[in-house]
Amino acid sequence: MHDEHGHPHHDEREPTYYEKRTDAIQTLLIEKGLFTADEVRRAVEEMDARSPARGAQVVARAWLDPAFKARLLANAKEAIAELGITVGFEATIVAVENTERLHHVVVCTLCSCYPRGLLGYPPDWYKSLNYRARVVSDPRGVLNEFGLTLAPTVEVRVLDSTADMRYLVIPQRPAGTERLGEEELAGLVTRDSMIGVAQARTPASR
Amino acid sequence: MTPRFKPGDAVRVRAGSPPGHFRTPGYIQGKTGQVASLHGAYKNPETLAYGGDGLPKQSLYLVRFDQAAVWTRYGGSPRDSLLLDIFEHWLEPA
Repeated sequence: MHDEHGHPHHDEREPTYYEKRTDAIQTLLIEKGLFTADEVRRAVEEMDARSPARGAQVVARAWLDPAFKARLLANAKEAIAELGITVGFEATIVAVENTERLHHVVVCTLCSCYPRGLLGYPPDWYKSLNYRARVVSDPRGVLNEFGLTLAPTVEVRVLDSTADMRYLVIPQRPAGTERLGEEELAGLVTRDSMIGVAQARTPASR
Repeated sequence: MTPRFKPGDAVRVRAGSPPGHFRTPGYIQGKTGQVASLHGAYKNPETLAYGGDGLPKQSLYLVRFDQAAVWTRYGGSPRDSLLLDIFEHWLEPA
């Protein structure tokens, strides 16, 4: 099926108001020569290529190399660039570290701010009103629902990314991983552990 | 611009919802916290959102709030906290 602009649509539903508006604005801007359809396509392709694997690579390096971790915590954008990862279009990345005594969890109560350059698109639950409203006032309860029960002795810090910062959580390195290499370690670093609603996998739970 | 606050300063978030776009959630307005760090100077989203240039840049701080100071019925540890990025024009000395 094709709409009036000739874009193929695989679904049969009527486009929403905002889809129609976006389509119309894009068509006008292409007609005016501000950018080409191929540039739009390439930008979408580049966005879609980003996945939590990038963040996992950063975390695995931080686990292995304390000097890199220190640089990551001090200036994440520069440290990430050392690995050949650029997050140019994005706001400032800030890395925070989870330890035995301190646990960070990230939310954007106002919308869905997320370190997309490192993790790709946010999961649906991250954008839900339920998560956004509740994790700020009852983080331990929400983490319990994710299957993560924190001891009362652990300090919980909720980071609400209200402005230009995009927070990346460095989860705790699991025990029993001393002999693993960077690639194997990266396989333990899940998306959710970098948001702070889960721990990294253990080699046994992989 | 010279930052008005430094890490450790007690600050209160201004209350009130100006017309238009702003990035200070309602739940934190009127609450008192401590400056955790200064992120730097960033464009003002309140004018940026409407095609403006966002200038002059505003100092942006990471501000830490005790959970118990934000939610009277908070059930977790007294050491638990909430951290938000807040622009300087939303903060006043506490």
